[in-house]
This record gives sequence, structure tokens and C-alpha cells, in this order.
Amino acid sequence: MPLSLAIVVVALPLFMFLFLGLVGVKMGRKITGVIGVLAMLVDTVLAYGVALTYFYGSGQGQMLDGVRQAVVVANPAWLSFTDTLVVRMGVLVDPIAAMMLVVITTVSLMVHLYSLGYMSDHDGNAEKGFQRYYAFLALFTFSMLGLVVATNIFQIFIFFEMVGLSSYLLIGFYYSTPAANHANKKAFIVTRLADLFFLLGIMILSYYTGTFDFGGVNGGDGLVFNPIVNDVASTNMQVAQSAVASTGATTFMGCSVIAWALTFIFIGGAGKSAMYPLHIWLPDAMEGPTPVSALIHAATMVVAGVFLVARLFPLYVLVQGAMNIILVVGAFTAFYAAAIACTQSDIKRALAFSTISQIAFMMTSLAVSSNQNALIEIHEGYGLGYMASMFHLFTHAMFKALLFLCAGAIIHAVHSNENDKMHGLHKFMPITSICFFIGCLAIAGIPPFAGFWSKDEILVAAYQRGLGWGIWMSMVAGMTAFYMFRIYYLIFWWKKHEVHDTHHAPKDQPWTMTLPLIILAAISCVAGFVPFHNLVTWDGKALHTALDMKVAGTSVLIALVGIALATVMYFKENPLPERMANAMRGLWTASYKRFYMDELYQFITHKVIFQAICVPIAWFDRHIIDGFMNLLADATNSLSFGIRRMQSGSIQAYVYVYLLGALLLGAITMICVLL
Amino acid sequence: MMDYSQFLLMPQEIGLLLVFLLVFIYDTFMPERTQRHMPIFTVIMFALYTIYCFCPVAVGEAFGGMFETNAPTWVMKNILNVGVLLVLLQAVKWTNSDFVSVRRGEFYELLLLTLLGMFFMISARHFLLFVIGLETASLPIAALAAFEKRHYESHEAAAKYIFTAIFSSAIFLLGISFVYGMSGSLYFKDIATALIGNKSALLIAALAFVIAGVGFKLSLVPFHQWTADVYQGAPTAVTSYLSVISKGAAAFSFLVILVQVFGSAYSQAWEWMLYAIIILTITIGNLFAIRQRNLKRFLAFSSISQAGYIMLGVIAVNVMGMSSMIYYVLVYIFSNLAAFGVIAAIERHTGRVTMDDYNGLFKTNPWLAFTMMLAMFSLGGIPPFAGFFSKFFIFVGACHQGSVAIYALVLIALVNTIISLYYYLLVVKAMFLRQDDCVIPAFKSHWTERTGLILCVLGIIFIGLLSCIYAYINGAVDAISSMFAVIQ
Repeated sequence: MPLSLAIVVVALPLFMFLFLGLVGVKMGRKITGVIGVLAMLVDTVLAYGVALTYFYGSGQGQMLDGVRQAVVVANPAWLSFTDTLVVRMGVLVDPIAAMMLVVITTVSLMVHLYSLGYMSDHDGNAEKGFQRYYAFLALFTFSMLGLVVATNIFQIFIFFEMVGLSSYLLIGFYYSTPAANHANKKAFIVTRLADLFFLLGIMILSYYTGTFDFGGVNGGDGLVFNPIVNDVASTNMQVAQSAVASTGATTFMGCSVIAWALTFIFIGGAGKSAMYPLHIWLPDAMEGPTPVSALIHAATMVVAGVFLVARLFPLYVLVQGAMNIILVVGAFTAFYAAAIACTQSDIKRALAFSTISQIAFMMTSLAVSSNQNALIEIHEGYGLGYMASMFHLFTHAMFKALLFLCAGAIIHAVHSNENDKMHGLHKFMPITSICFFIGCLAIAGIPPFAGFWSKDEILVAAYQRGLGWGIWMSMVAGMTAFYMFRIYYLIFWWKKHEVHDTHHAPKDQPWTMTLPLIILAAISCVAGFVPFHNLVTWDGKALHTALDMKVAGTSVLIALVGIALATVMYFKENPLPERMANAMRGLWTASYKRFYMDELYQFITHKVIFQAICVPIAWFDRHIIDGFMNLLADATNSLSFGIRRMQSGSIQAYVYVYLLGALLLGAITMICVLL
Repeated sequence: MMDYSQFLLMPQEIGLLLVFLLVFIYDTFMPERTQRHMPIFTVIMFALYTIYCFCPVAVGEAFGGMFETNAPTWVMKNILNVGVLLVLLQAVKWTNSDFVSVRRGEFYELLLLTLLGMFFMISARHFLLFVIGLETASLPIAALAAFEKRHYESHEAAAKYIFTAIFSSAIFLLGISFVYGMSGSLYFKDIATALIGNKSALLIAALAFVIAGVGFKLSLVPFHQWTADVYQGAPTAVTSYLSVISKGAAAFSFLVILVQVFGSAYSQAWEWMLYAIIILTITIGNLFAIRQRNLKRFLAFSSISQAGYIMLGVIAVNVMGMSSMIYYVLVYIFSNLAAFGVIAAIERHTGRVTMDDYNGLFKTNPWLAFTMMLAMFSLGGIPPFAGFFSKFFIFVGACHQGSVAIYALVLIALVNTIISLYYYLLVVKAMFLRQDDCVIPAFKSHWTERTGLILCVLGIIFIGLLSCIYAYINGAVDAISSMFAVIQ
């Protein structure tokens, strides 16, 4: 299968968006959904084909001396600023792009299928706006695919904005509910603010390097930010360092401009990936339909920031300062979000904080990978964190989508997000219960489920960076196991489910919703055995890893402790959780209230920014800007009224004006020349 | 012995002549019952010809340097061909209507002949040939304007057009005779050589008169007053032809004359003359457009101010200015023809052309309203539609010239863009926001009209986004960049 099919993989969802948006609205609701699912199925098959060809196919130059090369399938110029500074719209296939193609299409297909059932009422009739929903799903899929195959940073930015837009549209799908409107505004504003920094970073980077391109084997000119990173691939760190030093010789406030650029770009990624303190939009984004949360706010869009850092990894490696920022932010966010997830009663919000924590895991893993010592003295752990991060991205997408879709099935059955409306559902929804359990085992890191393998690599990388980081991350892993099983028990066990109306007792959902759960659960069982160390590494070389028994043993032990604790506290109704909450009332409330971050933001925006900045600006806008515009309008209007008699309609007058005009023109010019 | 290979340099002209002859033969010799297929026949022939013209041509001079084909002239003629094709598509239904159908042959023949005249204007490098082209492009238009015999306004339009055209030709010829007196030649090249460093008053008068002559075709202020009456009175198909095709050809040939004839005697004072004309054109066009209720008259004034923007590309006198001017014409063709196409369709079905008639159009004819909205957005220069990019490039091209005065000029043009947005959006407001008791009823337009409009919409959306189009034009103009060397 030729790699150029990647173009089709990206373009098909765009076509589906246009088709469903323009033609679909005229067709029946159900049929548009089915068309959407079928198209997505084709897209998924193609994406798998491309990925398999890339990883295992021969020829086409993707392997060179045992190093996996990036292949540029197409790269037409779109906008040229200078000869080298050209914005291109291309398709690049490299390990992470191929991996992301698989992730995005798989989850998207599952969500497309699942939504057939979820977006219908209990009689199986599709909801209002069904076509719009599928069109937006297709738009999102297109944007996300475009993002991962981007050949240059400007293209990434454009698609970054587009995923933000489609996320906005989908969070606000139920636009008649105020909460959805607030949530989508919040998501858009926060991520947009972060994207502003991203744009700043792009400007600085492109100004100093003179290119936007990442490069690749068939790309020809402009290899990964010429001339900085050409030398990195040769692992000649000294040369690369000096290249950065020379390009980044210009310093600003004590740091090289490249460090500033990379930090700004990280802020952009942190906005999308909900890193502290830009995480506040993600829990609110759960107002959107649950399949959307699974696709966008768990599996794909939120990892865009991780992907961005991974894509620019060859640059980040060289700037330790930026990497340290990522490390601190990532490690803190992982703990912070896990702490909040332990107390949330809304299951979607609890899952959202779990997502934040897991993404922070990936970020941390990228950051620990750039240990300079590890890079210079090439040894076993070299680039391990990068591989682990991508591995975790892959497995997390699968099991987190699974957990969200299970949550959606439960919510669809009991019509509430609160876990006190659930309890004891395992008898009523056995399939969902089992799938959710598998998801919990996977995220907790119990072998042989997917999460164990990837999380273990992350922990190994963290321990290599330093004992402190390793212990910290192990602790967070333990918390993960605890809060996930807390949610699990509170939904499915705790006490007997009270059925008020036997006619509407909760039950497993129709096959369109159950089948994706089973598929994702199956993937979560086996995804850990994908040989990522051979496929996805930052420099394209195969990585030799071995299961570090010490780390693996510890992490499994910690996870088991977390699970045991959760079992003791939440398996059966008992007063223990209440007593513990009372004992640590302050801490518990702070965690439940998400450490008052939202209130802090409210205070800063309303009391500080609005009062001190916006009010004066509004006055200026209303009186000075509008005043000038009104003046312009009034002047234009009266002038227009005044000269209306010039157009008399009489041909004689026209000729007079004509001749007079010509003569005056000549006369005035002559006077000018003579003077 | 004549060298016939020179004719190879004019495939576009010869092809056009062939199309004209085919239409003429069809009109004259085909039986009466087949006559109603003539519009489609013409469209097909012209479409084939347009496609044929995209084949690359040889470049060079012919007939002792009187006629020149180079990359920009070739591109410009192709752009005009596309525009004419759109006009022909939109006119199919109209030429088959009562009262018009008996004379439909004349419509096509005259239209194609004026296009031929414009091609000669574009390629002429000798004033005699240029004047012949100019007249061929002018006089038949009067007959076309008078095409709606039953309508009083149509006659008025024709009369006003022919009087002003004659007058402008006279003044133009006077200007050329001054040039001939100073240089003793009518070849552009020889004149340029003879005029090097010439600072005489006569030259300024000559330039002023030449500007007056071409300014008539471009409807620059103060040579614009015929525009509104003619646009309003003439049949809509003719108006749309006049507003885009005729203007594009005139702008191109004006740039060529300015650079190739007067470039060697270029002085600062001229710039001021042109700046004054541009400011007046843009501003007065806008000021009058604000008050118009009749949409054809409204578009007449809008086209006057658009001509001012086109002139910004002309006075930049550099490669970027010229390519942005050609690009502007291309975009303007699609935007304006979309607007005129909607107006023509509605006028043909209901006979209504004022802005108030369009109240609530979105409810009954959503696609027409949508097309009109895109056209207005593009004319007003709202991103991401093509009009935004064309304005952007034309401003950048002008700024490349570099003087402080031109920055001020661009600033004034920008302020005028804001004013123009007001009246373009008035139309959108009427269609989408206003209610009316007697809304234009829903109707189905003819497939030819629809095809034309769809092509226009595609153009409006994609010409801006596909950067290769501008890059292509820029490349073509770059081939003759040496032309601008005479201007310091």
C-alpha cells in the first residue's frame, strides 16, 4: 500500500464534513450517521494500511542504515514570505505521525459507531442536530489528522486552531443549555490564550531559523529547522549545541531566544493538553456529549500538546531550560490532578482529572528523556522517555476512550453524572461493568494490561533522571490506581442499586454502543505488546529495553496497594470514607473544590483584569475609537449628501466636467513642475 | 514578401476571430428553428477557445514591432476570456427572451468584436494600432447598450456612452498628436527614446490627455460621469461586460503606456497627478455608492471606486504592482460577475432591481442570497475571500514603491475600504436581516445562470486560498521585469 494514501486518510474526513454538512442535512438522520461510520471505517482501514506499510513495508526509503526516516508524501507551497520561509500544506509520515493516524482513526471510528446509539433516545430515534453532530465529528477528525501529518510548524498551528474550533463546536453541541455555552467559551478562550503564546513561539523560531519546515527524506530543503538540528541526528551533541548557541546567540532577559520560543510553544501545547494552570477548561468541557469527551477530551485533542513537544523534541533536547519547565509543570500537574480526582463525585469530571494527570505523565516522560548526560553518554536509557511517552499516549488513548464510553453508557442508562445515582450497577450492566473494570486495570498499571507496559517505561525513565522524580511519579501512579477503583466501586458496587421504576431499569446499551466497548477493552488488553521500542523512537533507531524488574515490581505493588485501599473504602457501603473525609475536612473540601483554581481565575479575571484593564479599554473604545468612527461616518454621509448634485444626468454637464478635469489636471501638474 | 509566421504570435486574436466567424455563419446561414440554440453554441465555442488559449504561446514582436505578445499579455487575455465566458453563460437566457431574441446574433458578434479590440489594445506597441483597438472596443458597446429597444433608459445609456466615447477619443488623439509632435514617431519604443529627460509642458498636457482618454474606459474621476447612467440603463449582461472586461483591458494597457511610452520621462509631478486621480476616484465612487438604491447604479459607483484600487497597482510601476493589478482584475471579474449574475437572474424573473426589493431574499432564495453575500464580502475585502487577498496584494505592491506619499495614499485607500464595507454590507443586511411584505418569490434559475454563479462562487472562495495563482501571475510578469528598469 503506497504511503501517499495518507493524503486520502486526511482528506476523506474533510470530504465527509462537507458532505454531511451540506448534503446530509437534507437526508434522514440515521442514514447520515451510518454513512459517517462507513466512511470512518474506510478511513481507519486506510490509516492502518499506511501505518503498517510505514513500519513494516520495505522500500520507499523509510529505512536507511537502520534508522527510520520521515517520509514527506506531499508538500506543496501555500504561502511564501521569502524564498525559504514558505508555509506549506503537506503530509509527513514518520513514526509518531503513523502512530497518531492509528490512534485517531481507531478512537474516531469507535466514537462514530457509539454515537449512533448514544445520540438517540431510548426508542432509537436520532436526536435533533444528528447530522450537525456527525459533520462536526468529521471536521474534528480531519483537523486532528491534519495536525499530526503536518510538515511544518505553521501547518500545525493552523490545525491546532481548527481542532480548537471543532472542540468548541462539539462542547457546545447542546447549545440551548447555558452550561454548555459557558463551557465551550471557557475552553475556547483558555486554549486560544495559550495559542497566542504558541504563535509567538513560531514567530521567534521562524525568524531566527528562517524556515517553518520540519523536513524529511523527500523534503529536500529545510531539514528540521535548518541549520540547527541537522547535526542532532548525527548525535554529535557538541556540534548541535554550538549550532543552537550560534542561532540562539541573541538573548533576551538572560535566556537564548530559542529557549523563549520553545517555552512559548510549550505554553501553547500546555493549553491544549490542560497542564496546570491552564487545565481549568477541561473539566467543564465535559458538558459536551460523552462520546465527544471520549474522542476529543480524552484520547486525541488533549494530547496535541504532548505531540507538539514530541514533534519538536530534537529542538527541546538542546534547550535544557525549557525541558526543566516542562518537567516541573508535568510532574506537578500529574499529582495535582490525581489529588482532585480522588474526591470528585461527577464521574465524567473524575475521569477528566484522571486524563489531565495521565497527560502530565506523558509530558513528564518527554521531559525526563532529555537528560543531557543520558544523551551524551549513549547508554541503555537513551531516549527512553520519549518512547515511553508516545507509548503511553497510545495505550492511554485506548483505555481512556474505553472508560469514557463506558461512562457514557452508564449516564445514558441512569440519566445522571453523579455517582450517588449509580451504585451497584454491576448486576444491571454486566458488559459495561467488565469493560470498565478492564479499563481500570489498564490505567492502574496491572500487568498484562496496556497501561502497565507504558507506565512502567515512564517510571524507568523517571528513575533514570533522578530518584526523586521516580518516587514522585510512582506515588502518583499509586493514586491513579486508588481513584480509578474508587470510581469503579462507587458506580458498580458500594450498595444495591435502587430501582424506582422497573420498566426503566438501567441495562446494557444497544450493540452500537456495546460493540465499541468490547473492541476497546480487547485493545486495552493487548496494546501493551506492541513493540513500540522498535517502532517509535525519537531518532528512528530501535531502542533496546528490558523490563526493569525492580521498577516493575514496585509499581505493581503500589498499584495493588492503591486498589486494596479503594476496595477497603468503597467496595461495600461503610462509614470509613465519610470518617476520613471528616478527619481531613479542609483537605477534602479543597480537593473537591479543585483547590479553588476556578475561583482564583474568577477573581483574577473579574476583579483584576476586568477592573484594571478592560474598563479603561472599553471606555477608550467607546469614546475614542467609536467616536472617530462615528465622525468618519457622519462626515462621509454629509459629504455624500453634499456632492450628490454633481451627478446631474445631463450629458452636456458631463462633457464640461470631463474637459475641465483634463485641463485642470494638466494645469496643476504644470504648475507643480514649474515650481 | 511578408513573413506569415508572425501570425503565430497572435493565436488568441486569430482564435477569437474564428469564434466570431463561426457565430456569424451560424447567425446568417443556419435555419430559423435552430437559432435559439445559438447562445449555447456560442458558449461552447468560446469555452473551447478559452481552453485552447491556455496552451503556451511563442512570445515576441510582430509586424515591425507594432504588436507584442509576452507572458503578461497572454495571461491577461486569458483572464479576460474567462470573464467573457462567464458573461456569456449568464446572458444565455436573456438573449433568448422576447424582443431580444431576434437580434441575439448581433449581441454576440458585437461583444466578441469588442473583445478583439481589447486584445489589440493590450498587445499594441504602436499608437495607431492602439487607437484602432480602442475604437473597436468602444463603439460597438454603444450599440450593445441600446439593445433593449423598448426601454427608454437603454437609449439614454447608449447616447451618453457614444457622446462621451467620441469626446474622449478626440482628447486622446489630441494627446497622441502632441506626443507625435515631440517625438516624430508612433512606436512606443521610439517615443520612449525620444522623450528621455523631456520636461516640457507639452508632454504634461499630452499625458493629461492620454490619461483622460484611458480614464474614460476605466471610469476614473473626473471622467466617470457616464458610468452610472450607462450601467443602469444598459442591459445587465452588457453592464457586467462593461464593468469588468473593459476595465481590465484598459487598466492593463494604461500601465503599458505609462511605463513604455512615458516611463523614460518619468517625474515626480506625474505621481501627484495620478495620486489625486486615485484618491478622487476611490472617495467619490464610495460617496455616491452610499446613496444608491438601484443595485445596478450602486454597482456602477462601486466599480468606480474599485477602479481606483486597480490604479493603485498601476502607479506602483513595479513587478509586484503589475502582478497584483492583474490579480485584482481576475478577482474582481469573479466577484463582480457573481453580483451581476444574481442581479440579472432576479431582474429577469421579477424585473426588480432596487435594494429594498432584496429585503428578506434569504428566506425565499437562499442560494442566490448566499452568492450575493459572498460577492459583497469579496468586493468589500473580507477574509478569507479572494477580494481580501487582491486588496492585500495591491496595497503591498503599492507600498513596495516606497515613498512616504504612497503610504499616505494606501492609508486613504484603507479608510475608504471601511466606508465601502458599509454599503456592501447594506445589501447583505437587506437580504438576511430585513423583513418585507412583498419578498421576491422563490424561483429556479436557468442552469446556465446557475453554472455561471457556481463558477463565480468557486472563484471567490478558492482564488485567494490557492496561492499558486498569484505566484503564477507574478512569475509571468517577472519575465518582463526589465520593462520597469526605465523608472528610477
